[in-house]
Amino acid sequence: MSAVVAEHDDHHDDHDHGPAKGILRWIITTNHKDIGTLYLLFALAMFFVGGSMAMIIRAELFEPGMQFVDPQFFNSMTTMHALVMVFGAVMPAFVGLANWMIPMMIGAPDMALPRMNNMSFWLLVAGVLMLASTLFMEGGAPAGGWTLYPPLVLQTGKAFPFAVFSVHLLGISSIMGAINIIATILNMRAPAMTLMKMPLFVWTWLITGFLLIAIMPVFAGAVTMLLTDKFFHTSFFDAAGGGDPVLYQHIFWFFGHPEVYVMILPTFGVASTIIPVFARKPLFGYSSMVYATASIAFLSFIVWAHHMFTVGMPLAGELYFMYATMLIAIPTGVKVFNWTATMWKGSMTFETPMLFSIAFVVLFTLGGFTGLMMSIAPVDFQYHDTYFIVAHFHYTLVPASVFILMAAGYYWLPKWTGHMYNEKIGQLHFWLSTVSVNILFFPQHFLGLAGMPRRIPDYAIQFADWNMISSIGGFIFGASQLLFLYIVIDTIRGGTGEKVTDEVWEDAHKHGLEWTLPSPVPYHTFTTPPAVIPTEHI
Amino acid sequence: MSTNDAYYIPHKATWPIVGTSGLMIMLAGVANFLNGSPIGTTMIYVGLLMFIVMLGGWFALQSVESETGMYNHGVGISYRMGMMWFIFSEIMFFAVFFGTLWYTRNLSVPWLGGEGAKAATQQILWPAFEATWPTNGPGKVGGEFEPMGAWGLPFLNTLILLTSGVTCTWAHHGLLAKKRDQLIKGLLATVGLGFLFVAFQAIEYHEAYTEMGLTLGSGIYGSTFFMLTGFHGFHVCVGAIILSVVLFRSWKGHFQPENHFAFEAAAWYWHFVDVVWLGLFIFVYLM
Repeated sequence: MSAVVAEHDDHHDDHDHGPAKGILRWIITTNHKDIGTLYLLFALAMFFVGGSMAMIIRAELFEPGMQFVDPQFFNSMTTMHALVMVFGAVMPAFVGLANWMIPMMIGAPDMALPRMNNMSFWLLVAGVLMLASTLFMEGGAPAGGWTLYPPLVLQTGKAFPFAVFSVHLLGISSIMGAINIIATILNMRAPAMTLMKMPLFVWTWLITGFLLIAIMPVFAGAVTMLLTDKFFHTSFFDAAGGGDPVLYQHIFWFFGHPEVYVMILPTFGVASTIIPVFARKPLFGYSSMVYATASIAFLSFIVWAHHMFTVGMPLAGELYFMYATMLIAIPTGVKVFNWTATMWKGSMTFETPMLFSIAFVVLFTLGGFTGLMMSIAPVDFQYHDTYFIVAHFHYTLVPASVFILMAAGYYWLPKWTGHMYNEKIGQLHFWLSTVSVNILFFPQHFLGLAGMPRRIPDYAIQFADWNMISSIGGFIFGASQLLFLYIVIDTIRGGTGEKVTDEVWEDAHKHGLEWTLPSPVPYHTFTTPPAVIPTEHI
Repeated sequence: MSTNDAYYIPHKATWPIVGTSGLMIMLAGVANFLNGSPIGTTMIYVGLLMFIVMLGGWFALQSVESETGMYNHGVGISYRMGMMWFIFSEIMFFAVFFGTLWYTRNLSVPWLGGEGAKAATQQILWPAFEATWPTNGPGKVGGEFEPMGAWGLPFLNTLILLTSGVTCTWAHHGLLAKKRDQLIKGLLATVGLGFLFVAFQAIEYHEAYTEMGLTLGSGIYGSTFFMLTGFHGFHVCVGAIILSVVLFRSWKGHFQPENHFAFEAAAWYWHFVDVVWLGLFIFVYLM
């Protein structure tokens, strides 16, 4: 907006604006690129920590019977895997992308509140450290599922208050990050960058930021009540005192449903950014994409109880939440059709970012369909708490959110580092991941429909075959991700040695401001806002 | 105002890591304390001290930067947006507890009393329970208690907070009209009324605990009553401390009619706390 039009001031002392030396650079930095890098590297590390927990789960489930871990630890693994992946890997990765890309996409010199940006990141580290420390405590890490339902979660040992406070820290971190992103988008855009010209990644993050500020305090309130129920004699979730354990579920899912959209909306944004570049066409239906994103965000607040159809709600509640949930398919369908129409008759090429994006469109749609199945309340009575739901949300998170994060990595790494990644290994990584992720999660649909419950370390003999196949897929998928780690390190250290151009991808500079900058990107960019913005993405 | 047109980007921030470490040590300390570990109390003090030092240092830095004209109009907009969205997050935090009150009063307690489709719960578990409000549930958790009335101290506190909202606005008018005297008097009155509110609430809590048998453990009524009023009282304390800092800065001659973000943020926060209290007075005390 006009308020931030900055004319370059020659008297401004520029000598102090490089990064600090050594490790201190990363601790006290306020630079959006440094902080973005910290977020992304932290998320990558947590992706492997959470992934290792998944490997333990799949190893235990390889065969019926008890093999490697005791049931308590197994349940800790399912709980911690979810918490680490949601709060430690996927969310921070998207915040990292937001930090790196939003200022560059809107022509801003940095984030709006750079000091708070630094604190958001370190609070995230503090929260995850506190969460991880519970693994080593008397009584073990939380094992009642990532939803932390009472009364089960109140049986957690010494880890309980630490888990609650880690949620508080992660919440403060997310709220600060979201406030910063919203203020940046609303206040720091180059004058020519009107709202309806913003890249969709920026749009989706604006809406995601709103979701985060609305829901993280709700989660904080819920776990605070758990804490007082455990230590200060309150009766919020205790029927004897007039409370209700189901109340916790309502509050949790009022947070939880928008929370899953916090992970998927930026995914949509990245996909909408990448697909037009490799289809060499403008995005089909730009404004409908914006409205669809806003509709999905709105609907996310009024559908929460579809997570608890079997809890014993009044019939009117079941019906309302069933129909409201089905509505989500409309704006989501708009998006899927728009991506498809963007590719229609495009001059497509299939570099790794595009491959991951196409796989996302296909496999996310599959995950969406199973979601539609479960929205039907009477049918959900069969699916509830089985491997069907595990398959469903993993399809929407792994070959959707995680695949798009991979795509984003391949897409922007050359811009960030100035080096080209190895396309052959990238494609190998893609094909191994795509094949194995389906071997991993598709059989879980069959297991769920046949009645295998989730969060159980052992199972009846009839589930043996599909579990073994699923585990094999899991091990291949896990191992394939080491290729990604290799590529990231290799690209940072020089990659193929090929000098990348400023636009990196053919005509990318017509789609986004970031491609008009040099590769690698200088430490400070857009200290004066760009006069002209590309419009091919609209 | 700023003589510099460029958006101010600070470099090399040291306070965030101090604040983060302080917060983490403090919370880990509380967790240890709750687990009965002797190290907890020490950690709480160390963490709290670090956190307070961070607040002092960071806000001092910001006020110096503001007074030396390093913030232009754009920076001011970012700060105002930040404060607005922060208050929105606080609204959502209070919404959880208001929602809890609504849910228990209108759904779960009537269900326990045999209403609607949940009649079996009552017949099988607690046939003697009659759904009323206030209640400490079918288990009579926490024993006999007397509910808190609305027309004593709580009503007085309502008047106090409403008046403080007026004095705060009066101070703002003084600031805009460059009447420094009015600014300082208005802020003094606001801060004074704020702490008076907290003092009256302390008396109210003391009466509840010692004379009325009403505690945090008095079933769902005690839980919702103390959780809602307690978090509100904490916010009044925070708001009054923020206003004290603004008062101190006004004394030192800070703030101009066109540049006084800290005053505005404090005032917004204060009005937010005021509005929450009106909700509390209606839904917790009156109804």
